[in-house]
Amino acid sequence: MKKLSDIASSRHTWAWPYILFLVLFVVLPLVLIAFYAFTTADGRFTVQNFLKFFTHSEAISTFVYSVFIAVLNTVICLLLGYPAAYIMANEDYRTPKVMAMLFILPMWINFLLRTVATVELFNMIGFKLGEGALLFGLCYDYLPFMIYPIYNTLQKMDRSLVEAAGDLGANRAKVFTKVILPLSMPGVYSGIVMVFMPTVSTFAIAELLTHNNIKLFGSLIQDYITTSDLLNYGAVLSLILLVIIGITSFFGSTEDDSQKGGLI
Amino acid sequence: MQNPNCPAQGNVASQPQVSGDYIIEVKNVFKQFEDGKFALNDVSLSVKKGEFVTILGPSGCGKTTLLRCIAGFQVASSGDILLKGEDVTQTPPYKRPVNTVFQKYALFPHLNVFENVAFGLKMKKVEKTTIAKKVKAALKMANLTGYEDRKVDTLSGGQQQRVAIARAIVNEPEVLLLDEPLSALDLKMRHDMQIELKELHDKLGITFIYVTHDQEEALTLSDRVVVMSEGEIQQIGTPTDIYNEPINCFVADFIGESNILSGTMICDRKVRFCGHEFDCVDEGFGEMMPVDVVIRPEDIYILDNPEKGQLQGEVQSCIFKGVHYEMRVLTPDHFEFLIQDYHEFLPGRKIGMLVKPEDIQIMKKERLFNTFEGEIVKNNKVNFLEADWDLDPEVAAQFEPGDKVRVEVEFADVDLQDYEEEGTLTGEVHFILYKGDHYHLTIRTDEGYDIHVNTQDVWDDGDRVGVVILPKDIRVSKL
Repeated sequence: MKKLSDIASSRHTWAWPYILFLVLFVVLPLVLIAFYAFTTADGRFTVQNFLKFFTHSEAISTFVYSVFIAVLNTVICLLLGYPAAYIMANEDYRTPKVMAMLFILPMWINFLLRTVATVELFNMIGFKLGEGALLFGLCYDYLPFMIYPIYNTLQKMDRSLVEAAGDLGANRAKVFTKVILPLSMPGVYSGIVMVFMPTVSTFAIAELLTHNNIKLFGSLIQDYITTSDLLNYGAVLSLILLVIIGITSFFGSTEDDSQKGGLI
Repeated sequence: MQNPNCPAQGNVASQPQVSGDYIIEVKNVFKQFEDGKFALNDVSLSVKKGEFVTILGPSGCGKTTLLRCIAGFQVASSGDILLKGEDVTQTPPYKRPVNTVFQKYALFPHLNVFENVAFGLKMKKVEKTTIAKKVKAALKMANLTGYEDRKVDTLSGGQQQRVAIARAIVNEPEVLLLDEPLSALDLKMRHDMQIELKELHDKLGITFIYVTHDQEEALTLSDRVVVMSEGEIQQIGTPTDIYNEPINCFVADFIGESNILSGTMICDRKVRFCGHEFDCVDEGFGEMMPVDVVIRPEDIYILDNPEKGQLQGEVQSCIFKGVHYEMRVLTPDHFEFLIQDYHEFLPGRKIGMLVKPEDIQIMKKERLFNTFEGEIVKNNKVNFLEADWDLDPEVAAQFEPGDKVRVEVEFADVDLQDYEEEGTLTGEVHFILYKGDHYHLTIRTDEGYDIHVNTQDVWDDGDRVGVVILPKDIRVSKL
């Protein structure tokens, strides 16, 4: 018979709490979503919910709009974030440490609190809440997630590569396009994934910054699920969103790995 | 350490001043960093077309800075750099007809071997078929045929080194700059690559400027060696010149092994050291002049019969070094010599030592004692090196506070203390020279001044010390 100390020292034993946690809070909810998506309110199997989505123009247009907003936000974050990361990582510009801190600082505070504060700020200066405010809020919330990974790859890059490119006849613009940009792509990819995915499924920011006038896909799901008789339809929408996010993250990670030599 | 007759300038002056002869001319270049330290201090150097010139020196001597100024990665604070007679001091690197092989290769990790080598040609918008032809030739030259499609991080250190060289030479630069290119390789590989580099230089016929801290590498590869220390050129010469006729103690100590001793030049062709008078071949030092004497360990002959030698000694230790034995021999006057011989002489054995006149290298002493500028202050003290020192009251009585004075202190009268707080000022051991029966140290004070010390005690480079000088040992005279 095994002694108690043997059981305690076995590595398998230590894994159990985590396995239990994962099953309860990751696997089970996924199974439930799938179950609800393929059943009616009284528990019979159906694909009706899916068919409903493809004929439900409001859901589809909200979905397309959400993806559009997410893409737009990702592009804005990339356009603003790359130069910021580049300047912070480049020793020549002597950016004070304070500046790097200021970019990261908002991440310390819960994004809901920040969004509420933004709403108050807009009200104070008399800026109309709506699409513009929504984009600003999204960008404000997710910009650090774009800057940080790009800053990281740029900072780890060997400075002598830049010198080598210059030595071989590349002017500043060529050094950037031929060396710095390609080498910072892993950071760009993770930045894109880290901004795009949460933006697609966001709903609180949209609610707060548009006075609930603009619905994103996340808000739609929330509406259906809190209205209990349409729980099954809400599950379908969640499942579709999940698949879309899964595809983007797969796109992100494969690109990422190919830069590191494609180990996985 | 500062040599008033900067050998670099002496060298330039002795060569004809025709710009066309030189592919690179560095003229009175200074480079000061933001912290105020000078990385280059009045450096002048001329390189002929096709020459293999090595810049040699310990780390932090400014050799890499000099190379980077020539490459254009750093801009000289003052002075001019000319390439083919054209001033390029302010020209950005990409417009200079030079290419660099970097210390850590700096290969582009996102490109394969072919793309790395083709990079420079692509920047120049060379036609595709020409690029392919030239890259192929460069890879063949670097013994890398067949590696075109490999990712650079799958290559060994030596192979990466070859890619770096191929990437530079494919552009057919006027000058190839190499920044310690072999320092990351193991010994065997380094020797092989040295031979390959030398062959490459012969084949290409272009100018090589090579930076290294490895004196053996410098002597093996170069047509001319430039020895640097503390941002200044100490000596420029052929490897044999540098080895056989070092211009000062630093060069003698840095290049190869040497016995450096204090001596006196009695008259032309006669020098006295270790209590014995030797014939030598040097002239023009004057009579009874204090000098430094350099004898290479392989230039001392060991005689079985002690009586037949110019000096006598007892073998202290004997180590087998492969080709030769290396012995430490102590004379009755307690001078220690390092001797290399093909024969083994066991410890305890009494021997005679013989040195041929032409193997004695005489150098003018850079200084005979410490001299500082100072000022008399209150309470029988004198201020120099930014510290107040006690003076003998009788001496102090001859001066008024505020008098400017010259202060002299003998090397042997400077005491070094383990405990920094016991010193009047503090500093660290900056340079150590063994002179047969004592050590000659340079102490760099925390304020950046140098004090020279003779001591029997053993100190290490970088040791923190407190400096004490007794009042009786401070000589002051009015300026």
